[in-house]
Amino acid sequence: MDDFIAARAQMALSLGFHIIFSCVGMVMPFLMAFAHWKYLKTNNEIYKGLTKAWSKGVAILFATGAVSGTMLSFELGLLWPGFMKHAGPIFGMPFSLEGTAFFIEAIAIGFFLYGWERFNKWFHWFCGFLVGVSGLASGILVVAANAWMNSPAGFDYINGQYMNIDPIKAMFNDAWFPQALHMTVAAFCATGFAVAGVHALLIIKKRNIEFHTKAFRIAVGFALIGAFGAPLSGDIAAKSVAERQPIKLAAMEAHFETEKGAAFVIGGIPDEEKGEIKYAVKIPKVLSFLVSNDFNAEVKGLKDFPRDEWPPIAVTHYAFQIMIFFGVIMICIGIVYLYAFFFRKEWLSKNWLLKTFLIATPFGYIALEAGWTVTEVGRQPWIIYGVMRTIDAVTPMPGIQYSFYFFTAIFISLSLILIFLLRRQIQMVPKLYDPTDSQFNDKNKKS
Amino acid sequence: MIYIVIGFLWLSICLYIILGGADFGAGIVELFTNKKARHKTKEIMYESIAPVWEANHMWLIIAIVILFVGFPEIYTTMSTYLHIPLVLMLLGIIARGTAFTFRHYDAVKDNWQVLYTQIFYYASLLTPFFLGLIAAATVSHSINPDATGFLDLYIFSWLNWFGVSVGLFTVALCAYLASIFSLRETRDKADLVLMIRKSKQTMIFVVITGVLVFFTAYISDIPLLMWIFSKPLGIMAIAFATIALLLILRAMNRQKLLPVRALAGFQMVMILVAATYQHNPDIILLGNGQHLSLLTHMAPPKTIAALGWALMLGSLFILPFLFYLMASFSKQRK
Repeated sequence: MDDFIAARAQMALSLGFHIIFSCVGMVMPFLMAFAHWKYLKTNNEIYKGLTKAWSKGVAILFATGAVSGTMLSFELGLLWPGFMKHAGPIFGMPFSLEGTAFFIEAIAIGFFLYGWERFNKWFHWFCGFLVGVSGLASGILVVAANAWMNSPAGFDYINGQYMNIDPIKAMFNDAWFPQALHMTVAAFCATGFAVAGVHALLIIKKRNIEFHTKAFRIAVGFALIGAFGAPLSGDIAAKSVAERQPIKLAAMEAHFETEKGAAFVIGGIPDEEKGEIKYAVKIPKVLSFLVSNDFNAEVKGLKDFPRDEWPPIAVTHYAFQIMIFFGVIMICIGIVYLYAFFFRKEWLSKNWLLKTFLIATPFGYIALEAGWTVTEVGRQPWIIYGVMRTIDAVTPMPGIQYSFYFFTAIFISLSLILIFLLRRQIQMVPKLYDPTDSQFNDKNKKS
Repeated sequence: MIYIVIGFLWLSICLYIILGGADFGAGIVELFTNKKARHKTKEIMYESIAPVWEANHMWLIIAIVILFVGFPEIYTTMSTYLHIPLVLMLLGIIARGTAFTFRHYDAVKDNWQVLYTQIFYYASLLTPFFLGLIAAATVSHSINPDATGFLDLYIFSWLNWFGVSVGLFTVALCAYLASIFSLRETRDKADLVLMIRKSKQTMIFVVITGVLVFFTAYISDIPLLMWIFSKPLGIMAIAFATIALLLILRAMNRQKLLPVRALAGFQMVMILVAATYQHNPDIILLGNGQHLSLLTHMAPPKTIAALGWALMLGSLFILPFLFYLMASFSKQRK
């Protein structure tokens, strides 16, 4: 494995894992705060148990997200010094603000976890809520930094020099809003579905049914906000990509020839050599409409761009298709649930509905990872779109493949132990968290 | 504005060493405690760091962000030539942070605790060791970008006797801080006597490794003595640190615990002043004779201004909140 590929693989892996940890860390606190709020309103001890159970999950995932984020802040320099040397001062603004947000999150989590019965109950609730708000803020800020790589702004690039740097302009680049919005919505969708799936499984297994049903309903609520928000925010994101990075859009759709009234491509196998796509379903004129609200608008094809600036077409295209596919499925599940909720109450406790959510547990995360693959692979060969190539940014140090193996091992073991721990939390629900269960241990009430 | 940014950089490194250091030290002290007293020590150590430990490690992130936004060349030079020790330090941070969380939040307490604890111990040892090693490498002229060959560029840039001894010294400082820090967390006389004994042991370790640092500096031709003792501020810092040490000993013997924490913190500040002031504003002394300076290798003024404002604004939010957290928990315990 050559060093460049190894560095990219390591970065992809680190981001891929960090995204999961941080999205759960961003959204779980809101679920927790919602359950907590229900407890404060209703005084139902089940909600209190649920809040505590979720807060342990938040703590574990926050710690994992924090270390994987720390790793990334080092890896940026360890793997891409050529990039950081120039980009640091330009796109660093969101990172410095993110430091504040993350710090607040760490403090708030301290207040929340250790603050039961110690503080005013609403101050305590607010601290939990603040964990979510600051987590969300740091997520948005990091995405703003990434958006700058897609839509470089706030500097002039003259003769290889980065001049007239304006970090504020760089932060509020054209891509930050569409990307951050889509990311936030997707995080809610993914986490909502994942949490709902886990609780659905436990209801099917007939364990602590009331407890898990309450949890399931809250999680589904968040999942639906995400699932229905995703296509709307996705539309904004796609229009923004079409405007800023037409070549990425062309790769997403494996759209080779420039044409008016371009068709929206579903599935298919792109052939980069021949410049065509086989076996695809094409919906006439829809791509043109999606990117510019005009059925006959012209959409630039890949062949209009220099060959050495093409991103990997197949990966970008398949990733985009996967994202859309799972997105659509989640919307369908959402529609069925809403229909049941308003018109067919009896469906809500049916096993088939719960099983649907169980199967959908990973869908949000698959879509999220696929979406990030589109964003990142679709930007290649550039690290700063149109300014610096990824290959010019890589570290001169040889032997990066060993670093890649090493980090792979770390991430895999982190994930395994995380799954192991969360399983154990779930197993302990009857004893630690569900006050209506006969096994519930009074001694734990205070912990 | 640049001085504000440098001030924050220095402050965050300083706080990371004091607070994060006490955290690491907790693991080290536990590791070097015999089985009989270990459980007790663990409890005391845990009480003192649990609510704030997440926050303590934020200072490192702040320092890293300040470096890469404000002083990109310094950040990239370090991350290129000190790649390997940085990865090892990172491993320590990851392993320690997660093991600590896992050992505390795992719903079931069984044999897995042994594994978490072992990881926690050795990672607590590893991280400050490499932190010290990295700090030593920046000032010992061992990073040479003009060198050729993998070993000279990426191994001997950090692997040398001076680095190892600074690493050990950092480990000793962390253990010392943790044991001093935990004095006020003790519940009864027996605990207190135990922790005072620990503090004295770690103090001896600090002195021994400190001497080792000067010795290895001498044999490696690093003018450490001249750096520290050629300017009045350096001499003053060392003198203050020594006086603080004597005061701590005295306070401990009388079991007056109120001032010991502050004095130990003050000591660390003084050691850091002595270590960094002399070649200020240079931060990396390269093997080819070049120096990377905080003042000449900084980001453009607009970036520095934005960074300075972000830091000031951030601390306006963070500091009161953090102090309230620390204060309310130390009050709760009484």
